[in-house]
Amino acid sequence: MNIADYQSPEVIQAALSERRIAIVGLSSNELRASNFVGYYMRRHNYDVIPVNPREQEILGNTCYSSLTEVPGDVDVVDVFRASDAVPAIAREALEIGAKYLWLQFGVISEEGIRIAEEGGLQLIVDRCLKVEHARYIGRMHWLGFNTQVISAERKPAV
Amino acid sequence: MTDERDFGFHTRSVHAGARPEPTSGARALPIFQTSSYVFEDPESAAAYFNLQEYGNTYSRIMNPTIAALEERIANLEGGVGAVCFASGMAAQTSAFFTLLNPGDHVIASSALYGGTVTQLKHLFRKLSIELTFVSPDNVDEWRSAIKDHTKLLYGETIGNPGGNVLDIEVLANLAHEHGMPLMVDNTFATPYLCRPMEFGADIVVYSTTKFLGGHGTSIGGAVTDSGEFNWSNGRYPVIAEPSDAYHGLAFHETFGIYGYLMKLRAETLRDLGACMSPFNAFLFAQGIETLPLRMRQHVSNAERVAQFLSEHPMIESVSYPGLETNLYKPLVDKYLPKGAGAVFCFDLPGGREAGQQFIRSLTLFSHLANVGDAKSLVIHPATTTHRQLSDDELLATGIGPGTVRVSIGIEDADDLIWDLEQGLAAITE
Repeated sequence: MNIADYQSPEVIQAALSERRIAIVGLSSNELRASNFVGYYMRRHNYDVIPVNPREQEILGNTCYSSLTEVPGDVDVVDVFRASDAVPAIAREALEIGAKYLWLQFGVISEEGIRIAEEGGLQLIVDRCLKVEHARYIGRMHWLGFNTQVISAERKPAV
Repeated sequence: MTDERDFGFHTRSVHAGARPEPTSGARALPIFQTSSYVFEDPESAAAYFNLQEYGNTYSRIMNPTIAALEERIANLEGGVGAVCFASGMAAQTSAFFTLLNPGDHVIASSALYGGTVTQLKHLFRKLSIELTFVSPDNVDEWRSAIKDHTKLLYGETIGNPGGNVLDIEVLANLAHEHGMPLMVDNTFATPYLCRPMEFGADIVVYSTTKFLGGHGTSIGGAVTDSGEFNWSNGRYPVIAEPSDAYHGLAFHETFGIYGYLMKLRAETLRDLGACMSPFNAFLFAQGIETLPLRMRQHVSNAERVAQFLSEHPMIESVSYPGLETNLYKPLVDKYLPKGAGAVFCFDLPGGREAGQQFIRSLTLFSHLANVGDAKSLVIHPATTTHRQLSDDELLATGIGPGTVRVSIGIEDADDLIWDLEQGLAAITE
């Protein structure tokens, strides 16, 4: 398995063009990375669905105990869980007909990736949803980070 | 849409960090000469200060012109980001400050820029940081200096002014074996000649005043980070643990590979306050557009001049590491295949009086205390920067009474050699 195969800018930008994102393992603690990501994506008009069996409501949205309980379609499943939880999450993501499985920094599971791939999910692995949004659409460069975007195209202000 | 093309170094020198300004369409990098930024609404303001959203708050901490320079440097270096500072000294201080606590220990090469030696010896000891200086060439000295509370190894890619070349890969491996980062000052090489992160260095610092800016107009510095060091390995609670200085934020856990740089900006730059000016950032970013072109000419001139001096009967020694006979030539071949930079020393016979006579007789070389300018520069340490030292004390620092340091510019090499020849002739008269 080569992780770089699951970090394609095309797939990342296609996932970012979707609107409905379930965040598995979203924390209600404002200092946790998952909360930073959920807050940020909601701010950028994504429909953020918290999935966490220990909470009722996070960031003002109803929290579900598993992906299969989420009503309606889910475009992107974003995972902030230990790597060994990924295979079960990948099966649920397939069951609910999600299009993308996005594994955050350090969430790496060969079995989970295999299940998702065989089921036809598009994958992004060891990347942060917030960082990638900020890289292509947002303001990541305002903090001196290396977006690796090289372009002379004039884009609208963000 | 961005495709997956890996753009070349020259392309990135010109474009990285500076897309056309979206509001006006300005193609040149605008100078955002403002102290502060109007918030869209109170919720946005809170999100910026909480670091939940990337947003401008105050130019001590961030500024769009400086951000363009930061991204350009990070891109050329191959780092995840960069933070710029008012000077190279401020950048270095802040890079250290972010990862050290009182009582920590640092191991540094003994062949460093004099200002750095003073900073480490005096300022950092005042802050209860323990220092050990070791020979840059002897890895066993570095290894045996490591203690339980050692937090960092530090050296210069090309030492100032001795021209020693650091064995970056060996020292990075040693640091990583002990769960520590290697920090390298790459000012003399620039990312065009050497990218220390490709050999395992974790943090790279610059005086942007020198070759990056390239024209001797402005003072500035930068810190870049590879993002690969694991700050949560137990040795760096100052970065891994919740920070009292930022309402309990754990920088490495929350920001991952960006954690060190976020802390460097949101805490250290905020609190020490040594920020770069937007105008200087503009000059540096413009300078970098021609970095690879200038560096090729600097190196080619330096090689010609060093060769000329090494063959001259009056010159006792030339410290240019790119010379075939130099002790560091094998390390140059490995780390600096495009050239060993353009700053070096040589020794004149006749001591202090000869050194002054030589400098007085030069026409093109500017006599001043800087390096890395498009113009060729010269200084005679024994009668300027090291004037207070006796001859014995001078020798102990590796500088002789007749030592001259040059920074070779981008003029015609034949003209530079002509100028040095007439300087040497003046001594013999």
